[in-house]
Amino acid sequence: MLCRVCKCPVNAIITMSFSSASRREVLLFSKQLSRAASTSPRSASLPLHPRNLGLLLHSNQQQPQQSQRQQSLLQQQRRSVATFTTPHQANAISVLKSDVDTDSPEFKENERLMGEAMARLEELTRKVHQGGPQKAREKHLLRKKMLPRDRITALIDPGTTFLELSPLAGHELYPEADVPAGGIITGVGVVEGVTCVIVANDSTVKGGTYYPITVKKHLRAQEVAKENNLPCIYLVDSGGANLPHQSDVFPDREHFGRIFFNQARMSSQGIPQIAVVMGPCTAGGAYVPAMSDESIIVQEQGHIFLAGPPLVKAATGEVVSPEELGGGAMHSSVSGVTDYLAVDDAHAIVLARRSIANLNWPRGSSTGAVTPADFEQKFEEPLYSADELLGIASTNLRKPLPIHEVIARIVDGSAFAEFKRDYGTTLVTGFAKIYGHRVGIVANNGILFSSSALKGAHFIELCAQRGIPLVFLQNISGFMVGRDAEREGIAKNGAKLVTAVACADVPKFTVVVGGSYGAGNYGMCGRAYSPRFLWMWPNARIGVMGSEQLAKVMETVGTKADPELQDRIERESDAVFSSARLWDDGVIPPQHTRRYLGLGLRAALGGRNEQAPRGTKFGVFRM
Amino acid sequence: MRSIKRTSRRLPASLRAVPTSVPGLGARFLSTTAPTSSTVTINGSTDTSVTPISSVLIANRGEIALRVARTAASMGIRTTTLYTDIDAASQHAKCTPYALSLGAPSAYLDGPRIVELAKQHGIQALHPGYGFLSENPAFAKACEEAGIVFVGPPAKAMTDMGDKARSKEIMNASGVPCVPGYHGSEQSVEQLKAKAADIKYPVLLKSVKGGGGKGMRIVRNADEFEAQLKSARAEARASFGEGGEVMLVEKYIVRPRHVEVQIFADRHGNCVALGERDCSVQRRHQKILEESPAPLLDDVTRKDLWDKARKAALAVDYVGAGTVEFILDKDTNEFYFMEMNTRLQVEHPVSEMVTGTDLVEWQFRVAAGEKLPLTQGEIEARILERGAAIEARIYAENPEKGFFPDSGTLVHLSKPQTNEDVRIDAGFVEGDTVSEAYDGMIAKLIVRGKDRETAIRKLELALREYEVVGLSTNIEFLKRLCNSQAFIEGDVETGFIDKWKTELFEAKPTSNDVFAQAALGLLGTQTQNVPAAHGQALGFGEATTQNSRKFAFRVQDDASTEEGKIVEVEVAQLNNKLFTVSVRKEGDDKPQVFENIVSKSTSTTAPTSSAKKTKLTTYFPLARVDTTLVQDPADNEKLTVFQLGHKTQLRLVSPVWFDKALGLKEVAASVVAPMPCKILRNEVEEGQPVEKGAPLVVIESMKMETVIRSPQSGVIKKLAHKEGDICKAGTVLVTFEETEESA
Repeated sequence: MLCRVCKCPVNAIITMSFSSASRREVLLFSKQLSRAASTSPRSASLPLHPRNLGLLLHSNQQQPQQSQRQQSLLQQQRRSVATFTTPHQANAISVLKSDVDTDSPEFKENERLMGEAMARLEELTRKVHQGGPQKAREKHLLRKKMLPRDRITALIDPGTTFLELSPLAGHELYPEADVPAGGIITGVGVVEGVTCVIVANDSTVKGGTYYPITVKKHLRAQEVAKENNLPCIYLVDSGGANLPHQSDVFPDREHFGRIFFNQARMSSQGIPQIAVVMGPCTAGGAYVPAMSDESIIVQEQGHIFLAGPPLVKAATGEVVSPEELGGGAMHSSVSGVTDYLAVDDAHAIVLARRSIANLNWPRGSSTGAVTPADFEQKFEEPLYSADELLGIASTNLRKPLPIHEVIARIVDGSAFAEFKRDYGTTLVTGFAKIYGHRVGIVANNGILFSSSALKGAHFIELCAQRGIPLVFLQNISGFMVGRDAEREGIAKNGAKLVTAVACADVPKFTVVVGGSYGAGNYGMCGRAYSPRFLWMWPNARIGVMGSEQLAKVMETVGTKADPELQDRIERESDAVFSSARLWDDGVIPPQHTRRYLGLGLRAALGGRNEQAPRGTKFGVFRM
Repeated sequence: MRSIKRTSRRLPASLRAVPTSVPGLGARFLSTTAPTSSTVTINGSTDTSVTPISSVLIANRGEIALRVARTAASMGIRTTTLYTDIDAASQHAKCTPYALSLGAPSAYLDGPRIVELAKQHGIQALHPGYGFLSENPAFAKACEEAGIVFVGPPAKAMTDMGDKARSKEIMNASGVPCVPGYHGSEQSVEQLKAKAADIKYPVLLKSVKGGGGKGMRIVRNADEFEAQLKSARAEARASFGEGGEVMLVEKYIVRPRHVEVQIFADRHGNCVALGERDCSVQRRHQKILEESPAPLLDDVTRKDLWDKARKAALAVDYVGAGTVEFILDKDTNEFYFMEMNTRLQVEHPVSEMVTGTDLVEWQFRVAAGEKLPLTQGEIEARILERGAAIEARIYAENPEKGFFPDSGTLVHLSKPQTNEDVRIDAGFVEGDTVSEAYDGMIAKLIVRGKDRETAIRKLELALREYEVVGLSTNIEFLKRLCNSQAFIEGDVETGFIDKWKTELFEAKPTSNDVFAQAALGLLGTQTQNVPAAHGQALGFGEATTQNSRKFAFRVQDDASTEEGKIVEVEVAQLNNKLFTVSVRKEGDDKPQVFENIVSKSTSTTAPTSSAKKTKLTTYFPLARVDTTLVQDPADNEKLTVFQLGHKTQLRLVSPVWFDKALGLKEVAASVVAPMPCKILRNEVEEGQPVEKGAPLVVIESMKMETVIRSPQSGVIKKLAHKEGDICKAGTVLVTFEETEESA
């Protein structure tokens, strides 16, 4: 029998301990051993691990026979006694050990290729952070307006981190225009101690007009707010719908109108809606402040009207200045559309912060099952450097990704209480903490078999029962196929996992650390399963199947082979391609995974959220 | 401090030792102590003439009341203090088990009432401290008559020394040299002018009742004599009342030094000199640095000074602590008797430090009838052993603005560590208010070193740890004095500050890390409770994109070459406690960038003053810098940065929207009172055009007159106050007509 941790033979440990140990402590160990031997060698392997015995192994000289004699003597005199276990000994069984060799050629190669992918994203993101074209930005600043990213910085509490959503939205999406960040900056930020969703139009990008992706991103931010119970702050500076794209922006269910629908519904659910008008709000846009609980407007800069002066002139012949038609002074003193008048952006932001302070929103910790003590308790950083993830992750998704190594670099103290470790080993499940928040981790470690799926469903039930948020680490090429698998009922067992994932009413977070293919995407809480947040690593790929297989399948089914097909599928599986279309909430640096999860957990569990255990009602599990 | 028991046991021995241990002093010394040799050498405690003091009323306030109370308590004397209404919560009133109310702020001068209180409460003795009633012979007499032991000299000695003209007569008669001058009763302008001509110009005009530099004028030649006399008389009359206009004419010494000798006499005719003090470093004719021994003084002159001082004291049958002041001509090393202060002086700790004594203890013991605990010889041996001591007076005043007195709340007060060589006598704690009603001395810092240079160095180090916010102080100026080469060399004279003005007031540049720290500190006040997972870099792109914040400060520090300049600081948070800071001063092309600096800060709100204090430690690329940033609760834009023993005052520039949103409009077209004051007179009329710099209003504050001058040329629109009005700091005094150009 081999010890799992260091692969040394358990028998050898036992022998060693006998040959060199003799002190009282060893007596106790040997007693344990005699009991263990009769039940299961595995259960004895951990307490007898050399790590625990290290001290004894090196410091004793007496003969084993002597100790055995003493032992039997002791046994005759009195009954046995429970061994005291210190917390550090108890915790030691959960600590993951890393086998990563940072000098290995494989690690170096991974690091190099990941580095390239990272550099590309750095470059893309840096450009996106600039916002619109230079000229537009200069013009914006000349008007004494703050750039949208500076507005957000001023809005959030100093020292806090803004969790931006999908900065690469709209990347290479429209052939006719470059729309950095989709023309809208969205994310989760802390304002006056309250975690909020912030939506800021970037008027340096095509006047802040709504492209289809802008609408989608705005709606996604509202969805985040709704799911996580987060107050919304809209920093409005937009020319309204992008007219050439009106058919993709206006009419459908998930189009422009949905913004106001969401505002109304969220307000009805007690999720505060605050608007700050820092630029034009024309036509439909006028409803953003009008539908808000409180709205603030910047004088001689923010304008709200259903139709601007040119349209008014065309419609009724009335000649009117923008300020007169829908300026801040008018709306704050005459129409009552806005509630506070600001002299400039910075002032407006101070007013917005004051409004948030007056929400009477619980600060920081949750009021539900997660106690404040749970929230604020101390946590340990992982034992291993997160930077090593760059050498662990691989851009070649055919290579297996040692998922324990990833978990060891994400969770507090690298401590992972693994559940059903030796059953269905291609799916790793267990409990851990991230910044002190207890989470259940479901992570792929190979292809999904029936046993893995059953194990996953079991574990998700446990978490749902206990109100523990779930973190999915996706690297899945799919469920096992083939005759044996089908006969085993992979379809119904996979369905059990999908049911469990779909129904589990706890916050779910998904990080795609490798591939996300086929039904594996469903079982591992893909976008369609509404994880609170879904992030991708730069090496991640998403698709029905790998481009190669897809091309092969197409060939087999006899369709005319498209020589471009494999390349196109390859391109469309890329993380950036996905992020540009908002199939995720952003491509993230692997070494920041822990931070993203920490911020996401805070957003999902703080404020007015209540995480009641046993809240989930599962559907029918086909047995 | 020595215990009474121990000293009293060794008293006889000390007295016996006198004649032999000081052979250098010769016959004169022996003659002064001669009467004591006949005194029976009995143990002090059994001497029938000794009446130990068991209770004392301390008729003073501030640090001296605290200081007296401290020693009294340690001697087992029951202490009682007095307080006026505005002093009710002050430290001295709280430091004793008993405290009695006097009422009006001026009541510390109400002798009869104080005597009455002492009688009423059965208090045995009264300690007058310094100032107030300490040199009032009538009061001392009243105490005696009421059967209260006055811890001080006899009324007669006080009277003799109190009248300047009379004291000089006595001195001249007993061979103590006096400054050539006329101290007579002929007071006509012509007579005085003739006397001035006899003495030879330059001469000094001084009121017989004078003190503290008031009613004092230097006349350089005959032409200006009459004008100066008139002005001196006017001021003296205003300050000292009837009789104040009686003037002395004296030789004016161009390069004088102020050297004084601490003497102590008992009722048994003994008198010792506890070394001399040089108090040459003065401003507004008031001392700020006092040291002992006096620098650059040869031993012969020194011993001669001591000898003459004791002679002066014995000439008036002095008892208790006193100080004989001499003026020493730097050019000739001649010295002349100036006056004798018949009390314990402010700077007495200097002598205590250099002789290892407690003079207040001595006062009580002498008042009880005991003999002096030490002989002249023992004292001299101690001086040799103990080296040098120096005292710095920490005043609420603004050295850059002519040492103008200031008042206000001690928003932040951090004192250096005290030990047997570093002593602080203070009357205030953090949160206290320094009132304009009384003297503006906040504390005395006294330091001892093995020699003068060491003492100065130690003083400078201690001053670096002395932090005061809430009012202007002379601490920064004192540090500069300590660093002045001329001062270190001992080249002191009463005109020292004036002489080295350029060097002492030279504005120094403020280094960029001060601004960086101010910005980091302000940021730190807001980042104390950042939740876990926050504060770190996140995602791709520049880590600074979402976490850069700009600060703008205006340097408001007369001691800085950047005074008035705007400094912009950008702080980018890269991670928890990791920052990149760039500082750009107005006029600089490029900012100075401090990259990847680790900064930790903790913010607290002071319980008594509610000042926001941030302590931060930052690892700059080349050094660790510890800083304390203090935000005044009364004026939140006012920031004080203490860093590397240096203080810098900054003003946080408010955001653009501030004035507009708050409806503030800068009252540029007006002049406001710089401090709480009384309007003495308006020098202009409404509607009158004035030039820039023209006098507008004369105000009085802290008993000093100040002329408020016009900051601009313009037309007076309104005089907001009339003569006699009491104004708070910041009150508008004069408004100007608005002109089209300035609008």
